[in-house]
Amino acid sequence: MSRNPYAADATDADDAVVRFDDVSMRYGRAPETLRDLTFSLPQGSFHFVTGPSGAGKTSLLKLIYLAAQPSKGLLHLFGQNVAQAPLDVRPFLRRRIGVVFQEFRLLDHMSAFDNAAVPLRIAGAKPDSYRQDVAELLTWVGLKDRMHALPPTLAGGEKQRLAIARAVVGRPDILLADEPTGNVDHEMGLRILRLFLELNRLGTTVLIATHDQDLVARSGKPILHLEDGRLVHMGPVPQGFGG
Amino acid sequence: MSVIFDPARWRPAAFLPERDTRDSALVFVVAVLCFMACLTALGVIAADRAARGWSDQLSGEMTVIVRPKANETPDSAAGRAAETLAGVPGVAEARALEREKAEALIAPWLGDVADLADLPVPRLVAVTLSRETPATAEALERALRTRGLDAVVDDHTTWLADIQRGAAIARWLGIGVFLLISAAAAAVVAFATRAGLAARREVVELLHLTGAEDAFIARLFQARFARMAAGAGLVGAAAAAALGAGLRLAGGGQGLTPVLPVAWSDLLAVLPCPLAAALVAAVAARLTAANLIRELA
Ligand SMILES: Nc1ncnc2c1ncn2[C@@H]1O[C@H](COP(=O)(O)OP(=O)(O)OP(=O)(O)O)[C@@H](O)[C@H]1O
Ligand SMILES: [Mg+2]
Repeated sequence: MSRNPYAADATDADDAVVRFDDVSMRYGRAPETLRDLTFSLPQGSFHFVTGPSGAGKTSLLKLIYLAAQPSKGLLHLFGQNVAQAPLDVRPFLRRRIGVVFQEFRLLDHMSAFDNAAVPLRIAGAKPDSYRQDVAELLTWVGLKDRMHALPPTLAGGEKQRLAIARAVVGRPDILLADEPTGNVDHEMGLRILRLFLELNRLGTTVLIATHDQDLVARSGKPILHLEDGRLVHMGPVPQGFGG
Repeated sequence: MSVIFDPARWRPAAFLPERDTRDSALVFVVAVLCFMACLTALGVIAADRAARGWSDQLSGEMTVIVRPKANETPDSAAGRAAETLAGVPGVAEARALEREKAEALIAPWLGDVADLADLPVPRLVAVTLSRETPATAEALERALRTRGLDAVVDDHTTWLADIQRGAAIARWLGIGVFLLISAAAAAVVAFATRAGLAARREVVELLHLTGAEDAFIARLFQARFARMAAGAGLVGAAAAAALGAGLRLAGGGQGLTPVLPVAWSDLLAVLPCPLAAALVAAVAARLTAANLIRELA
């Protein structure tokens, strides 16, 4: 068994923005959904989370965006032990994390433009300081003509692109995306990948849960492969993987 | 079909939907509660004024019953008493009531007596006290005794205590009802906040996950329900004021409402209602929302 260069250990550098130490997680009294995960994501890294449906990809992301808590083990974000972070610090940790939810979670009563601006408003920015950025971002993801539209009137792919725009609008330190190319065609999938790579180039740590083997292969980025709640592989895609 | 969207003209939308279907029923209930609270306030004010009016009247006058002695006619005894009392400091006016008046006063108790003239009917002297330094009953009695008059001073202040006790009870009852209505309004808003949070769970969750602080989310509900309650309070207060104005026009000091005299200035009492309703709603919504958000997290 080769030594995993990503595994967290005592000598791990401080630049890990996400660090799992023997972390398990369960929903209520159910058996553990995630088991004994140990890994770390260095600042500026780019990984995919792969694995069959039900393997625990979404659950892993939930731990990082603080929608769930480990039942065991230690989780560090930005060098901070999350379990010990005071309740009033958690909102500020969340603001450094952009999330593309698997089910989008758009606010149906707000226009696409308003939805995209939510993270900036929550962070306390003034409309005049960001309206142009939001418009450019929406144009970039191909929603130029849909800025005024309410989410229920958007097509699946448009919703997805809006969810992505909202996740990246605040220039988060960590970008988490759950099946971000599930509803878009090949062409748009590549565009989205390029956006993520661009953000990553600017320093954002990216973690994307996906079934899309083609996307993973094209990116050339390493994977965390989950099976039945366990991390079975971390690193470059193995030869003949997923075939 | 493409509508031109100009980002430069964009104004952020409210995080909570402007209109929820529940609202009209809630506005109605809160408006009714405010209406009742305002009526209670008007009632308390009017009762207070009535009590003050009566006690002013009572503390401003006394009645003296003069019993003529054997060597004196009732008329001259009453006249002498009136003269004596008028000289007492603190008495503004003392007036002997005529024989007919005295007889008219006691006739109901005697029935159809053949000739009242044969009875030694006591005479009454009505005393009006001066407003600033009213004379006491003892002072009047002392003055009458020194002049050798057999007389009893009927001090109305015994009634005064009863009236004031009655007024105090009415006041406390009013305050109690008022507090009860406020508590009911708070409970209704708390209930509505809970329903609103449940209905807007997806909004609350998204804001929470995007890094909104609990207080920020609670404030959204607080602002929303405060605005609703202020509007409902305005409607309730206006309705109560209209009813009060109707009573004033219909009866005023006498007429329809002789026991509860409404003055135009009383209607001002409904003015704080919208503010008070907004305050109660804001506190109830804030506390409820903060609790529920803490549970959610
Ligand atoms: N809220 C929940 N309550 C209870 N069990 C849950 C909950 N969410 C997920 N699970 C269970 O946890 C396991 C992992 O689910 P998860 O959503 O993390 O899988 P996934 O890898 O994201 O799957 P998919 O590829 O289908 O999105 C599944 O067995 C699922 O049934
Ligand atoms: Mg999933």
